[in-house]
Amino acid sequence: MLSDQDRIFTNLYGQNDWGLNGARARGDWDGTAAILARGRDALIEEMKASGLRGRGGAGFPTGLKWSFMPKTSDGRPSYLVINADESEPGTCKDRDILRHDPHKLIEGALIASFAMGAHACYIYIRGEFYNEACVLEAAVMQAYEAGLIGRDACGSGFAFDLFVHRGAGAYICGEETALLESLEGKKGMPRLKPPFPAACGLYGCPTTVNNVESIAVVPTIMRRGAAWFSALGRPKNTGTKLFCISGHVNKPCNVEEELGIPLRELIERYCGGVRGGWDNLLAVIPGGSSVPLLPKSICDTVLMDFDSLRDVQSGLGTAAVIVMDKSTDIIRAIARLAHFYKHESCGQCTPCREGTGWMMRMLDRMVEGRAEPEEIDVLYQVTKKVEGHTICALGDAAAWPIQGLLRHFRPEVEARLAAYAGRHSLAAA
Amino acid sequence: MQTTPAMDAANLPGWDPARANAIIDGLKQTEGAALPILHALQAEFGYVPHPAEAMMADALNLSRAEIRGIISFYHDFRRAPGGRHVLKLCVAEACQSMGGPGAAERLLHRLGIGWGETTEDGSLTVEKVYCLGLCACAPAALLDETPIGRVDDDALTLLAADAAGDRA
Repeated sequence: MLSDQDRIFTNLYGQNDWGLNGARARGDWDGTAAILARGRDALIEEMKASGLRGRGGAGFPTGLKWSFMPKTSDGRPSYLVINADESEPGTCKDRDILRHDPHKLIEGALIASFAMGAHACYIYIRGEFYNEACVLEAAVMQAYEAGLIGRDACGSGFAFDLFVHRGAGAYICGEETALLESLEGKKGMPRLKPPFPAACGLYGCPTTVNNVESIAVVPTIMRRGAAWFSALGRPKNTGTKLFCISGHVNKPCNVEEELGIPLRELIERYCGGVRGGWDNLLAVIPGGSSVPLLPKSICDTVLMDFDSLRDVQSGLGTAAVIVMDKSTDIIRAIARLAHFYKHESCGQCTPCREGTGWMMRMLDRMVEGRAEPEEIDVLYQVTKKVEGHTICALGDAAAWPIQGLLRHFRPEVEARLAAYAGRHSLAAA
Repeated sequence: MQTTPAMDAANLPGWDPARANAIIDGLKQTEGAALPILHALQAEFGYVPHPAEAMMADALNLSRAEIRGIISFYHDFRRAPGGRHVLKLCVAEACQSMGGPGAAERLLHRLGIGWGETTEDGSLTVEKVYCLGLCACAPAALLDETPIGRVDDDALTLLAADAAGDRA
């Protein structure tokens, strides 16, 4: 279990002042100039040594991502873009960082930008997070006034500007290239990759896009050292992570824990257990709506980290744990997810634009049972035709929950279809 | 362009071309200006009046189709006036498991409207939203800019009544 002195987000619950004075009392902005004085290469090496994997969902090593940025400019500026478009259903970690600990993010933005030679950083914040945007903008102003960022950030001679940009309610803008399009003032439609943002990103310039949580942990890693961070968690899945647990638990909460904590321990220690006891558990979606669900048999033993969850054909995603007990109509739950992805598909790739609608309509019929048993296989085929055939991961994200349903709960679906067929053959007779 | 009755200039409440021009002029130099301008227009008028689309297209050197596309792409922008208050109700997984959609449907039934529609007195528009990031306080709602946790039938009734009583 994570001890209190190893916690990074010491104001996660907003019990203290979010402002600059409160942040300084918690150790933020302590010796930032000395960290910058270590030099760009040392900072990137420290990041690589920490083993931090991106907290936005894909789990790509952050230090490695930073090292893709050009060492010397070819005349184009470099940019850091921070993805605060937290829209994944079930996820509420970045929101608490933004409203309760914004200075961690701002300090991290300065250090990360310095390491990549970026003099400007954009924070793209979700349109729905109105109050969070207000807090963040106030915190940015505080940092400017205190000389922590600006023309001479922390007295280091490094010029650094930070801009907060508000989105307008499109889930797809959380995809990194869609986010860049949206920052440029266009429709948030993902771009083809390559070229990757590190070569050609915002306004055609080298850009790195990082999640809020990835950036907010940077200052603490730099102060306490990569060895401290990499000693937490499990090999290749190092450090602490914010878990958001919601749904059918007695006390839903956000909590910071080491990666690799058993799912059962996470739920029972911090959330007062599953409603009605562990045996009442039906399934868990372990990483936000985009990842396949896990039935109870897997939940009994699975560890919460990137590799363990990938081994059971799911994923850590954003670590948004959605717990469903036996009162849940699992088919209806997944059907509603299909509605969500149809609603949010940007429409540029045909498999996703048409496929999400197909999957939604088929699932809607299966909720009632109004389908033929062969159609279960057709549905599975459709998900396979969407997955991997689109520019961005939204197509995959739409297909995976349905594949998870069919992999683990196919008998439930078949029973639903049989019950409907039974009722209607009686009615006909 | 075909003009529907709702889109006549006479049917644009609060429309003020000079004001819109000032907003667009003030922001057109910012990088990626379209979203900041649309946010500002919607804050001023409560929606994005269609004559502003042509003004934006001129100012940003984009086609009107492009501007229309941006407005329709982002769910937050509306092309017709909404209610004086906008209530967004979360229907995502965590809120669904805690009974959010049921409470939402009952509220819509009591108000006699559907998703995305406005009450007859123009006080309240009710919209669906997929996750407000308040999953630990499910079911969640957002009234204008204020997040509200653990809503139930009584809380929703109260919110709707407050909105109706506020004839600002």
